[in-house]
Amino acid sequence: MAGDRTGQNPPGRGRQGWATAGLLMPAYGWLTLAVFLPLCAMLFFSVLKTAPVANRPLEVTFDHYLAFVRRPYLFDVAWTSIQLGLWTTGLCAVLGLPAALALARSTYGRSRKVLLLLIILPFWTNGLVRVFSWTMVLREGGILDQAVHLVAPSAPPLTLLYSFPAVIIGLVHAYLPYMVLTCYLALTSVEDAVVEAARSLGARNAVIFWKIILPLSLPGLASGAVLIFVPVIGSFMEPRILGGRIGVTMGTVIEDQFTKAFNWPLGAALSFIMLAVVLVVFGASSRLLSRGKASLGGAAP
Amino acid sequence: MTALARCFLLAVILFLYLPVFVMVAMAFNDSALYTLPLVPTLRWFEALASNEKLLAASRNSLVIAAATSVIATILGTMASLALSRRHFRGRSLLQILLLPPISIPWLITGTAMLVFFFWTGIGRGIHAMMIGHVALAIPYVVLIVGAGMQSVRVDLEEAAMSLGSTPFHAFVSVTLPLLAPSIAAAALFAFAVSLDQFVVSYFLSTPGVSTLPVEIYSSIRQGFTPEINAVSTIFLGASTLLILLFAQLSSLGGHRGRG
Repeated sequence: MAGDRTGQNPPGRGRQGWATAGLLMPAYGWLTLAVFLPLCAMLFFSVLKTAPVANRPLEVTFDHYLAFVRRPYLFDVAWTSIQLGLWTTGLCAVLGLPAALALARSTYGRSRKVLLLLIILPFWTNGLVRVFSWTMVLREGGILDQAVHLVAPSAPPLTLLYSFPAVIIGLVHAYLPYMVLTCYLALTSVEDAVVEAARSLGARNAVIFWKIILPLSLPGLASGAVLIFVPVIGSFMEPRILGGRIGVTMGTVIEDQFTKAFNWPLGAALSFIMLAVVLVVFGASSRLLSRGKASLGGAAP
Repeated sequence: MTALARCFLLAVILFLYLPVFVMVAMAFNDSALYTLPLVPTLRWFEALASNEKLLAASRNSLVIAAATSVIATILGTMASLALSRRHFRGRSLLQILLLPPISIPWLITGTAMLVFFFWTGIGRGIHAMMIGHVALAIPYVVLIVGAGMQSVRVDLEEAAMSLGSTPFHAFVSVTLPLLAPSIAAAALFAFAVSLDQFVVSYFLSTPGVSTLPVEIYSSIRQGFTPEINAVSTIFLGASTLLILLFAQLSSLGGHRGRG
């Protein structure tokens, strides 16, 4: 069939190839200039002793990658970042899965569409503005503080701002829509008939949740977890604004290397270590997801 | 059970919106220290009108977003055409290459751009931010237009060609009009991506030339004033409007595809 068509329309394969290349070149050229070459340049910077300024001789060193050995406090910083990632991801899963379940099984038609839009909408409004909003709620004399004092006037002033929980709250707020969305997409593939069948065989709600809903929503949970964990360990604006002095994370340390300390090679090396962690997370999750699919496929019949 | 589930859903939505409402309410509150009761005023919005720094940053944001939207939509649509209509070796590799700009934390991409642009003499400023924003927007345009392309049937274009149309003419007069809602949605999305972008702009801005989010960030770090609430409120309104428009457009495209 395809042969017939090319017989009628004889634009040569070569010309087609050029046309395809012409369509692709501008976009991929731009991505190369703005993303791929910069990443290569940063890899190069990370093995320099100092930034190449004012014809100083280039000196290659791997010292910056030993930063963790030289500066043990970085271990604490990295641990803070990982804790932020784990707490945020965990809380998003605990809140997001039930929300997605409620959306998929207890709402219908137009109201479901509106609710879904309501949950996704904040995600596309500016993250900075939303973090700033939390300072209004959490600061001393903020809305939460005033609400508590309305109920218990003699309570001590409540200041959550500039604490670890404040950063977690801000991050959960920022990334919860991701988890709701990925879990929702996974759950829409669960057919009502399966749940009905289980119920008619006498399964209670808890059993249905553990044996049907949870296994089937695992792909959604896993992809949501990756989509959340990766940006959270790279976050710097949320810990900076909501964490204040205690909000020292890998993100803020890297930010400082580029904006304050001007130790670009160290910043580049730390960025690459973070990138390595990100790639490991992506790799592990894609393997987990494909294995999950295979085992589900195997268990189905 | 259903009632409980709906209550939980509403609680989640309340959690998502409450702080934002508080922030907006405080933009209209007279007290500079954010104290209640609420005394309505527009003075913080009036103060904005004479804040040259914020106005300049807003102008920059709009210019960069408009340029990003136009460039990314054209380049992305072209690439999307090739990726979804033509079969060639390396296609899946090219599709995978769309992922890094989306999935690598912006902190890493942004600092990498800073290093590279500094090194090559491209420097920082509006042009640098634009180069960065276009790169972040292209993958989204390719994905959105590509999704729209799935619902436009190839045989329509082939029918036009069998009736004597040239491939280019067939594309312009058959596929392009059907694709228009997707392309418009992609353009809006690119605009929103650029308008909301903070991290990359932050590393590529100079003390004199910045965008609205960068300016908001540095004001927050200097201390809280209701002026930040006012500008954030306007900003929030603008991006919400854009996304609602996008949702409208993309569901239109979907209906047409199904119909």
